[in-house]
Amino acid sequence: MGIERFFGETSIITLRAEQLFDWARRNSLWYLTYGTACCAIEMMSAGMASYDMDRFGTFHRGTPRQSDVMIVSGTVTYKMAPVLERLYSQMPEPKFVVAMGACSISGGPYFEYPHVVPGVDTLVPVDIYIPGCPPRPEALFYGWMQLQEKIKARQPERIAELKRLRMDEKAGKAAAAQAVESEVASLVSDSE
Amino acid sequence: MPTESKTAAEQAGETQKKRTAVPDDGDTRRRKPPTTAATSESSMRTETITLNLGPQHPSTHGVLHVRLELDGEVIADAFPVIGYLHRGFEKLSERGWKKAIPLTDRLDYVNGWGNELGYVLAVEKLLGVEVPERAQVIRVMLAELNRITSHHIWYGTYGLDMGALTPILYAFREREEIFDLFEELSGARMMYNFLRFGGLHKDLPSGWEEKVGDLIERFPAAVDEYEAMLTNNEVFRRRTIGISPLTREEAIKYGVTGPALRATGFDWDLRKKIPYSGYETYDFEVPVGSNGDCYDRYKVRIAEMRQSAKIVAQCLERLEPGPVITDDPRIAPPARERAADSIESLVQHFKHVTQGIEAPAGEAYQRVESPRGELAFYVASDGSALPLRVKCRAPSFCNLQFLGDISRGCLIADMIAIIGSLDTVLGEIDR
Ligand code: SF4
Repeated sequence: MGIERFFGETSIITLRAEQLFDWARRNSLWYLTYGTACCAIEMMSAGMASYDMDRFGTFHRGTPRQSDVMIVSGTVTYKMAPVLERLYSQMPEPKFVVAMGACSISGGPYFEYPHVVPGVDTLVPVDIYIPGCPPRPEALFYGWMQLQEKIKARQPERIAELKRLRMDEKAGKAAAAQAVESEVASLVSDSE
Repeated sequence: MPTESKTAAEQAGETQKKRTAVPDDGDTRRRKPPTTAATSESSMRTETITLNLGPQHPSTHGVLHVRLELDGEVIADAFPVIGYLHRGFEKLSERGWKKAIPLTDRLDYVNGWGNELGYVLAVEKLLGVEVPERAQVIRVMLAELNRITSHHIWYGTYGLDMGALTPILYAFREREEIFDLFEELSGARMMYNFLRFGGLHKDLPSGWEEKVGDLIERFPAAVDEYEAMLTNNEVFRRRTIGISPLTREEAIKYGVTGPALRATGFDWDLRKKIPYSGYETYDFEVPVGSNGDCYDRYKVRIAEMRQSAKIVAQCLERLEPGPVITDDPRIAPPARERAADSIESLVQHFKHVTQGIEAPAGEAYQRVESPRGELAFYVASDGSALPLRVKCRAPSFCNLQFLGDISRGCLIADMIAIIGSLDTVLGEIDR
């Protein structure tokens, strides 16, 4: 990988597992091709040889179960909304959503029309918004790099969250144990 | 595998025939759904299962949803479910004559120029305006270049559907070159909003024609390369030859147009039959197939790419300097330089921007040959600046009608071949 150059082959690196995972995660984000309309064609262009999105370590997947990111490229109508929500819920954690194009940000040229969802952020949490109608492949790349930055930047936050979860778990266990104890104690006192 | 699957389908047909009391009319494609049959004398009861193909599926090309009734791997029935991309093109177009042009781009999003041309021609019919010669030639050239890029998308994705990953990379090579030209001209790669009533928004940038000429010169060799990858590919041939054959009568009955109709051997091309924009003066052929199966549709589209390149070359020869938009002040806003000069022009310009143009009361219908078939626009006006009605006849919508009938008795894998060969664009179907 070339990383030995900086550290030497025999050196030992210590870091939190979550940091290591995040480093791997942001450099191999597999995306779900959730293309509904015109923007999907530009997403295809971005994946082809002349733009070559694969150099970001990405790979397109047809199923949500194997993807980390969902690129919502295209207009989402209320008929399509349940499908989008379902796909999102099928993705494994941690998951990210990129809203590509005016339509998925706000309804775009069709925002006045009652069948069109005025932005997918009304349905699922969106991490990155890429404006354009359709955005150029370069814009998609910029958005992608922002997503990588975001994953990097959220690390302290996430580690704190994980710690809190751990502590909650411990506290929960302790509380449960205490509850059992007091129960037993009350039973004992009752029998006496 | 496909020949085997074909025979498997036939075998299934044999058992089917034994099981059913329904008389067979000899047409293996049109077997009756087995549910009705299974209740008859047979001791072995089978049930069909329902499978949803789409709306999120990599090979339904968008948001097409097909509900399949399956008997084993054989399709007993297929119902296309549409409407997942209903964005209200027709209603939103009623906001103003000019304001509909950007929406037509997004209708069939791989054929922006063709859609704009159809709509603009329909409104021009209503307005009764003459389009300058140069603008007509440029329009034809752009529409044909767009036909090529549209077929590029179809060719690439069809290869993907059939399990060939390489073709799409080659198709996008030329496609990007053409897109660069479009971008240089209009500022956008896909959504141009460039045609105007009575002509074009602007003239060609300098040096543009040479670039097109250079590209068109290289293009036949590129098509040879495309063909080398699929035409004689054994896997591809076995998966497409003889799949969903359509006869001319059936095609006409279902309202099928475009390459799917021409693959049946009927040379119905609006550019020849009901010419518009001066297509009658160009020298090109209408490629036709013979038995209307998936492979013939492939051949017709590939041949069309070559013919389109031929038309573009002729356009380049014909380009004479001249105006690109009519000088009728009612329809075209004054040129920018003049608007700064005289108060009348400024007022004119202001009126154009704030009120838009007014079309005389009446109605018009214009059909054009889009890469998918007969695209038509019906426009009606009550004499105001707002259209009374804009109706679009989408070729993909009509071509999708026969999906259920044609796929009965095929395998699931054939379904992918059929959907791909129809080259549907959902933006146009749901509008
Ligand atoms: S943002 Fe524009 S290009 Fe993208 S899906 Fe919407 S209308 Fe199409």
